[in-house]
Amino acid sequence: MSSAALTHPARVLSTTALLLTALVALLGCAAGGGAPGSPTMARIRERGRLVCAVDGAVPGFSTVGPQGAFVGIDADFCRAVAAAVLGDARKVEFRPVTAGERFVALSSGEVDLLSISSTHTLGRDAPGGNALSFGPVFFYDGQGVMVPAASGIRSLRDLAGKPICVESGTNTELNLADRMRERGVAYQPLRFQSGEQAYPAYEQGRCAAITSDSSLLAGKRSGFRNPADHVLLSELLSKEPSAKVTIQADPAWADAVRWITYTLIQAEESGLTQANVEASRAAARADASQAERRRFLGVEGDFGRQLGLPADFTLRVVKAVGNYGELFERHLGQSTPLGLDRGLNRLWNRGGLHIAPPFR
Amino acid sequence: MKPFLRRLRAELFATPADALLSLGLIAVLSLAAFGFLRWAFTQAQWAVIRVNSTLFAVGRYPVEEQWRLWLLLWLLFAATGLSWGVLRSHPRRDRSGALWPRNDRIAAVLLVVLGLWRPWAMGLSLSIQARWWGLVALLLLVRWLAGRFGRRFGPLGLRLVALMWPVLYLVGMVLISGGLGLVAVSPSEWGGLMLTLLASSFAILLCFPIGVLLALGRRSDLPLLRWGSVLYIEFIRGAPLITLLFLGQNILGFLLPGGLAPDRVWRAAWVLTFFAAAYLAEAVRSGLAAVPRGQFEAARSLGLSYPQALGKVVLPQAMRVALPAMVGQFISLLQDTTLLSLIGLMELLGTARTVMANPAFLGKNAEVYLTLAVLFWCCCAALGLGSRALERRLDPHAVPSAT
Repeated sequence: MSSAALTHPARVLSTTALLLTALVALLGCAAGGGAPGSPTMARIRERGRLVCAVDGAVPGFSTVGPQGAFVGIDADFCRAVAAAVLGDARKVEFRPVTAGERFVALSSGEVDLLSISSTHTLGRDAPGGNALSFGPVFFYDGQGVMVPAASGIRSLRDLAGKPICVESGTNTELNLADRMRERGVAYQPLRFQSGEQAYPAYEQGRCAAITSDSSLLAGKRSGFRNPADHVLLSELLSKEPSAKVTIQADPAWADAVRWITYTLIQAEESGLTQANVEASRAAARADASQAERRRFLGVEGDFGRQLGLPADFTLRVVKAVGNYGELFERHLGQSTPLGLDRGLNRLWNRGGLHIAPPFR
Repeated sequence: MKPFLRRLRAELFATPADALLSLGLIAVLSLAAFGFLRWAFTQAQWAVIRVNSTLFAVGRYPVEEQWRLWLLLWLLFAATGLSWGVLRSHPRRDRSGALWPRNDRIAAVLLVVLGLWRPWAMGLSLSIQARWWGLVALLLLVRWLAGRFGRRFGPLGLRLVALMWPVLYLVGMVLISGGLGLVAVSPSEWGGLMLTLLASSFAILLCFPIGVLLALGRRSDLPLLRWGSVLYIEFIRGAPLITLLFLGQNILGFLLPGGLAPDRVWRAAWVLTFFAAAYLAEAVRSGLAAVPRGQFEAARSLGLSYPQALGKVVLPQAMRVALPAMVGQFISLLQDTTLLSLIGLMELLGTARTVMANPAFLGKNAEVYLTLAVLFWCCCAALGLGSRALERRLDPHAVPSAT
């Protein structure tokens, strides 16, 4: 039997191929030290920059400043990822993508990452749906309704028979229809192609109310002539937890993005800021008793390598953009024209929903 | 003044009913104008335009490379002055041969006023203001010199000027995109008015030859060529531009392996080109249909080859007929570039969207849209003026006019 195997040329060939494959696999393991192989990360490193999709026209999330730089919490997330993967927060190619095209841009490989407010839904996540991979929730939002304060409207029921401005073709429009049907309230939807048309129409009184994500409503309200004349109803029409999106075919890349998000949240919980993170790391290096900080900042352990990132990726991220709280305050918080309340976006130990699993 | 009053009376106040209607209309119009002016000068906050002026002009073009665009602007102004002057120094049948006819004097005064007032009114920094003054001064200086001495170069001068523009276009492309020793600037960083003009000029220049070929193909005797052209034209005309743009942006990424597909800006520019070519082909075909068959036959019987008969006899006559329709195409093409904002490109409308979303300028939609409308109007008006001048130039029945 063995002599037959040896004489059979096809058998010999296949055995050799098998051996070679095993050898290559072994070598690969030795070189990477067990690090996961992410095609996307390899592509980013080869290219030398991260191609990051942003919307480009959402106040506080991503807009272009007068000097041509992208500004906003979504834009800064791209910078954080570039800092972690490439060691330089400036190595980002921002790709403005519209809501309709974002998932196609991702699955066709045009962009590495979607840093756009995308609500995490089953259909978008499931392999039988859009087959995308969602990171942890980055921003908790909910669909709200804004009305003129003087109108006396205080609940959805008060809107019976009244026109409501809504952007067509969005989840927003469907949610509004669902909630109104549940309540048995008839209303007139006034559909607009985009927010740039819907908000002026509302401000001119063409509709009794306008509905969209609460953060957006509050943001747009700050640009009205008299922001105090408009109030948001306390009822929410939906929950809109939005997350950063990658392709499902590259789980190692999705993990890296996931833990970069957690890094921002954990840094806030640990009191690490853009200003103090470097000093904190030096202090932790000198003080063996700060076990948790030593692990988080990569002084101990090899979490970076396990993710295919540099050992000090957490330090790079926080140094580049700050922690989650700093990001929020810089782009959305009370000191900005948007003046959003942190609400659900506080940390878990301060009454919010953001929690990072342990770095261990 | 008397004839003016008499005409006014005849046209607006002929009967009591006319007078009432006129007065009503005048009242409504002046109310609207007053409201608009009051808004523009007291309520509108133009800071949104002033602060973002660079963004509207060139988008996210890197600041340290913007000198290249200024250089291009100097070249363009000089070239405009040169062409203007040389054209005037070669009088045509329909011109008296005056170096500064009335329209030119008006244009020069307008240029000086706009160049002095506009940058100052926008509150641009002094160095930028000075650059605009310099540009206008250069244009008028070159115009004067070329008008004065252009004659000396004879017809060669005209030919050189005609050759200068394509060369300048290529130089401009190099200056904008880099290469030949200049740092490359990725098209993803182009934007604003520059991207709008670049995409539309690219499409206008390239759709012209493609459109003419398609029109000839559609009238060809070869069935394959004819049906191919018909199929292409009817397919493109049957699909909305926006779907073609989406196709170009999204499908090419799947079809071609990464890196091989051209940049998104170029994909969009090519889609615009092929789209406009189909419509242009129909305009050219209508021009070709207007040329009597005998013209072609006569040309052939004189011994001209097929291409010669087409190029020297049929096409020039067809173009003259098709020109107004073609310019209409070009103007709508210029306006179609706003669709690029829907595929995430930062041309004028895309820039406007992001500027209006800037938390510091929320709610300044009216100011931004009005600026956009004025910019587009200027570009389209320039195209229209140019085409009318060209029509006059091509008109064989033109008589010398007084201006």
